Amino acid sequence: MLQRLAVFTGKKIIRLFLLLATVSIITFALVAMSPIDPVQSYIGADVMRVGTEQRAEIAAYWGLDKPFAERFIKWAGAMLQGDMGTSMIYRESVTKIIAERFIHSALLMAFAWSLSGVIGFAAGVVAALKRGSWIDRAITSYCYTLASTPAFWVGLLLMMVFAVWLGWLPIGLGVPAGMLAGTVTAADYIKHMILPGVTLSVVGIAPIALHTRQKLIEVMDSDYILFARARGESGASLFFRHALRNIALPAITLQFASFGELFGGAVLAEQVFSYPGLGQATVEAGLRGDVPLLMGLVLCSTLFVFTGNALADFFYQMVDPRLRLQKEAQR
Amino acid sequence: MPLLEVQQLSIAFQQYTKGSRQQMVTVMEELDLAINEGEIVAVVGASGSGKSLLAHAIMGILPANAYISGSIRYNGEQLDEAKLKSLRGSEIALVPQSVSYLNPLIRVGKQLQTNKDSIEQHSERKGLFERFRLGEHVARLFPFQLSGGMARKVLVSTAALSRTRLIIADEPTPGMHPDDVAEALKQFKQLAAEGCAVLLITHDIEAAIRIADKVAVCYAGSIIEIAPASDFSGAGNELRHPYSQALWRALPQNGFIPISGTQPSMGLGLQGCLFADRCNRAVDACKVSRQESRQIRSGIVRCMHAT
Amino acid sequence: MNRTSTLYHDRRHRRWNERSRTFISAILALILLASIGIGSWLLGSSGLSVQLENRNLAPSFLHLFGTDWLGRDMLSRTVKGLWLSIRVGLLGAACSVIIAAAMGLMAATLGQTADRIISWLIDVFLSVPHLVMLILIAFVCGGGLKGIAIGIMLTHWPSLARIIRAEALQLMSTDYVLVARKLGSSRFTIAMRHLAPHLLPQLLVGLLVLFPHAVLHEAAITFLGLGMSPHQPAIGIILSESMRYLSTGMWWLAVFPGLGLLLTVRAFDKLGNHLRQLVDPRHTHL
Repeated sequence: MLQRLAVFTGKKIIRLFLLLATVSIITFALVAMSPIDPVQSYIGADVMRVGTEQRAEIAAYWGLDKPFAERFIKWAGAMLQGDMGTSMIYRESVTKIIAERFIHSALLMAFAWSLSGVIGFAAGVVAALKRGSWIDRAITSYCYTLASTPAFWVGLLLMMVFAVWLGWLPIGLGVPAGMLAGTVTAADYIKHMILPGVTLSVVGIAPIALHTRQKLIEVMDSDYILFARARGESGASLFFRHALRNIALPAITLQFASFGELFGGAVLAEQVFSYPGLGQATVEAGLRGDVPLLMGLVLCSTLFVFTGNALADFFYQMVDPRLRLQKEAQR
Repeated sequence: MPLLEVQQLSIAFQQYTKGSRQQMVTVMEELDLAINEGEIVAVVGASGSGKSLLAHAIMGILPANAYISGSIRYNGEQLDEAKLKSLRGSEIALVPQSVSYLNPLIRVGKQLQTNKDSIEQHSERKGLFERFRLGEHVARLFPFQLSGGMARKVLVSTAALSRTRLIIADEPTPGMHPDDVAEALKQFKQLAAEGCAVLLITHDIEAAIRIADKVAVCYAGSIIEIAPASDFSGAGNELRHPYSQALWRALPQNGFIPISGTQPSMGLGLQGCLFADRCNRAVDACKVSRQESRQIRSGIVRCMHAT
Repeated sequence: MNRTSTLYHDRRHRRWNERSRTFISAILALILLASIGIGSWLLGSSGLSVQLENRNLAPSFLHLFGTDWLGRDMLSRTVKGLWLSIRVGLLGAACSVIIAAAMGLMAATLGQTADRIISWLIDVFLSVPHLVMLILIAFVCGGGLKGIAIGIMLTHWPSLARIIRAEALQLMSTDYVLVARKLGSSRFTIAMRHLAPHLLPQLLVGLLVLFPHAVLHEAAITFLGLGMSPHQPAIGIILSESMRYLSTGMWWLAVFPGLGLLLTVRAFDKLGNHLRQLVDPRHTHL
């Protein structure tokens, strides 16, 4: 078991390295082809006060006068040492910004991820077991509707109702505005996380619920459920003893494999609620042409999605007895 | 009074025909069958003749687009949904076709226990594993790890509890080693000797006549003949229906004479005897009207020529 | 028929079966599409002009969706914005389908190495979140309609390409393709004459499934401010502007445009789902 785990991890790490290398090359090439002048976006509003010579100096400082390959090698070399460069808009090291913001985003996403996972799974099970009933129709139409709803619009509606009309929750930001860092309580953090978190999970429920419903319907129509029924199993015991584990595994796998959509949703939810996470940083970096930060965030989100997929794979290969024991038997 | 009595059972499926129109396609028509306690009745026929559907219809586990009519009586009472619910898995047991009827993710031993089991059945199942010469380790295996013979024994063992009164075995012998076939048949024979009624659904006529008391021959969704197993002997002259005779004579040891033509599909709405196209004794009357069941020499047959 | 199998849900009483439902949803989606298109053309630009005397009006018969802080009619803006989003989405989705088809066919016909490279590319594109990729591409292209269209085109093809590749590989091992290869047909001929016609239904379904995603992503990227100039009435821009007026209680600025987007996406999503079910053999007879 441990040996297999080591092999699994080793393979995944090699794959991750290749993946990050490919993504870096593609991203770097894209940025290099861009008509946008990074010097211009660095200078920003100070454009009147910066002369041609200073521009050249800045370009040289960033290494922009060198050919593409040299720039890439230099950047990749620094990257391997953990130095992702300096953000142009925040004037801080990219690593530090990402680390800080990651904590905020991770909390937000973990909250939304687990909430949508639990609710989505339960909803899918109820819908499948009561197939064709009004509750099934309600759940599926909710899911289909939510699947075609823009996440940011859900955020806007929630903000309108709970923050503006009812005034129960703060309108945005990660902490109360104008408060000293020391005086912010955990309750403040949580309060500010609820609305973006709920926005994210409301949208995230749909895929897991629909998938679980579909899987459970397939399972309930399978030969082995037929046989379990023929042996007198029915109702809750039929579900818990004979069907639950067959749908739990795909659900967990799907939930881990959905990290990409989760991150995309977080970008939108954070933007709506001005929540200081990775998503908002990505938008800022894109809008204001902060190349080092954008590169760092692309790699960071790739790593994030990869982790999710690797975990999904892990659950699939390590937990499913068919795959687990067959592989052991082959050895 | 028979333990199980099936009368005028018809099964139909809803299917698309053209565009968005749907049509009912009859796959089994006016099937009659009865089975007593301690008796083994085999239902034989080529694949596609609707044998498995009969098993699923009795158990009430047909797919969603199936509709059935007719009556199924168990112990003299109409076998309705409520009655089935209490009888399934206790008095009526199904032995399914293959290992795909076991949940791939649950260990065999754990899977076989049901919520209708008490401690008594629990220990009984253990005893059954010994009786079927299945090692104790088998209970800890997952279904995909079972060999073909092991899987069969496991499936048969699900039905062999003492509370069972009616066993419906759906193709319990294909792909089995001849010794295992003999073993499995012996098990059914013994179960019948203990008072069970066994409905054995199979395409293996030899296996069927080795243990069955009566053999029902199924053709294109209806039972064309029910004969005592002893009638399947010699050149098959004791048999009443031309199809039964042809089926018997097609066996390697009985002449190996193939039957020309193919079994018609039930959906076509054919008139007359379904076997008429392939029957060498068919006359015009056969093609006009469907034959009713007649009692002849302690058997039942649907053929005007039968004597 | 006095006893049906009640272990299963009885579908007999459903008034519409799957095929007629597909047909109906196709008609509804087309009507919606046509009315947005025609509406956008009929409304002209009069509704978009600034009319300061009509500022901040709540919905009424004159202005069904109300007016904004410059007196612009929200109905006109919504319809125009939807039409823009639909066109960009359709363009992006169609290009995605073409890329996916090309990639899938190339992977299946050009041999192992090409297959490996394309599969790796698919993996790479799938492992960056769509929205992050879109932001990157929109940034690289310097914003504007072009950036969004290219971004949507480049982000939506991989999942479909994977399906097409699998189907094409399966077709490659069928007898008639094997015979054609033995007879010396070129790879291009095989791809075009023997594979492509069979993949057509998949591609059509793919287009209908990708289209709603493309529209949603278009709206998202313009909402984030990376797309078009603020003067273009894209749905995303309308919604992002409305955010600033939310605290003043002008709910209609956000509700109606969002609802319009939701309905449009839902209509096509539904159509795509129905079609996919019809193509799927498991659902053929329900």
